Amino acid sequence: MESLLKTAFPFIVYAIALLLAFQGVLMIVAYTVLAERKVLGWIQGRIGPNRVGPWGVLQPFADLLKFIFKEDLVPDKSTKFVYFLAPMVALTCALLPIVVYPFGPPITTVDWTFLPYGLGEGIRQLPLTIAQIDVGVLYVLGITSVGVYGIALAGWSSNSKYSLMGGLRSSAQMISYELAMGASILGVVMLAGTLDLNGIIYAQINSPFRWFIIPQIIGFVIFLIAAFAETNRVPFDLPEAETELVAGFHTEYSALKFALFFMAEYVNMFTVSVMSTVLFLGGWYVPGLSHIFEVGSVPYALVSLAAFVGKICFFLFLYIWVRGTLPRFRFDQLMNFGWKFLLPLAIANTIVTIVVVYFLNS
Amino acid sequence: MASTVLFYLFAGFAIACALSLVYHRNPLYSAISLIGVFIALSCIYVTLAAPFIAAVQILIYAGAIMVLVVFVIMLLNLDEDRPLTRLKYLYALGAGLGLILLVQTFFIFYAVMRAPNHTVNVDQTVGKTLSIGQAMYSEYLLPVEIVGVLLLMAIIGGVILVRRLEPTQLRLVINEELDRRNEGQEKDDFRIAL
Repeated sequence: MESLLKTAFPFIVYAIALLLAFQGVLMIVAYTVLAERKVLGWIQGRIGPNRVGPWGVLQPFADLLKFIFKEDLVPDKSTKFVYFLAPMVALTCALLPIVVYPFGPPITTVDWTFLPYGLGEGIRQLPLTIAQIDVGVLYVLGITSVGVYGIALAGWSSNSKYSLMGGLRSSAQMISYELAMGASILGVVMLAGTLDLNGIIYAQINSPFRWFIIPQIIGFVIFLIAAFAETNRVPFDLPEAETELVAGFHTEYSALKFALFFMAEYVNMFTVSVMSTVLFLGGWYVPGLSHIFEVGSVPYALVSLAAFVGKICFFLFLYIWVRGTLPRFRFDQLMNFGWKFLLPLAIANTIVTIVVVYFLNS
Repeated sequence: MASTVLFYLFAGFAIACALSLVYHRNPLYSAISLIGVFIALSCIYVTLAAPFIAAVQILIYAGAIMVLVVFVIMLLNLDEDRPLTRLKYLYALGAGLGLILLVQTFFIFYAVMRAPNHTVNVDQTVGKTLSIGQAMYSEYLLPVEIVGVLLLMAIIGGVILVRRLEPTQLRLVINEELDRRNEGQEKDDFRIAL
């Protein structure tokens, strides 16, 4: 029994960690939807949802229940297997990057020997990251690039002209802006000298002037614009331009399948917010916090975690703010902007960074 | 133990996807199966302590190349029921190539059986990004440069193939471009708005 527990212990810890991380992220995502409706309401001089619970705080759960109980329509002429596969691909690819998010600094000061059966022996630290991957940046980029299939296949399998146009637009847009996004990250990766997300944070620690937003301000702007395009948000929400395409690739989706796409979009927003925070704003690092709390202690980690979430919320608010402010691009403008302006600028930024890093190191 | 189980899991998934790739007559199903093969292979790379190769496999093959393939299939909307009688001689060619592949596989199997057995050590830095970069830009610099030139040639070739114009059309395009440059910015905005 004891040996079995010892073998199963790491798996139990990982299961709890996954549960906490996914639950936390999904709760933030659910409340992003509410925040979006509220803030958009204020921007447009309305009140926003305020009926379900005090101040509308239970609205996300009401929405979810509504999605579950709605009728699930499947178009008669659709390609059934692909039609069912597409929303699952979209949400799975949106959720997978959660395992590499660096939520906070490792907790090193807790003595874990109080655990029964000697389970705590040999545990030096509790990292606030589920999987410490050597190539975290590439992993996130790779998984999000696979997410294009969800949208492209949804558009194709619905067998509707609006869906197909939306799917094609969306895939073309995501492929185009992925290049600019990857090239804008290169500068950060060169300055940090690692592809590991925690390593990139450690390269920016000790002073807010070491945040990569200062030497890589061009990269940051390019990344932010490309992130808006990658997540199909205003002003780049051409795939679901409702005045011309009804709702784009998810026109034929209803009930829970539509909810999966909806959730995938907001989780993707969260992911690019995490990436902007980690790459350019020092991740969980709070200036001066190491003077107040001991590095590695529990309060240090908790305040860092709160700061991390706060920085992400700032980017999420930026998304909503931009949505309430800017009109939509036209599709050829979008493509010209991506290929003829953003990508050359990102490459120029990379070349300048290469030269600077070379002379700094030699 | 765990790595063996994972290997058989992913290998089985890869083989199943490969079989489905050959079996399906609908090109889109075949493309989806191929993506499955790539993802399974990348999972095997992770278990072999080569995370960089795994990430690049996903990023380039599953994320970029197959997206373009799926794109083309979606745009062409190929028929499922094409006559199978055409190109009969290809069956013989395919059988021959398959036989060669089978012999190769058995040879690799035999070679691995004969090779000294050593387990993969996760702490080894062989698969890490830094060691791959150092090897690429010192020991294998010449091949990397040659591949770079080849890729550049492919890009230029692609541009030329897309913009292949008749002499009259070419003159028209050049004239238009010259007009545009001479008449300045205001005219330019007007043209785009049209």
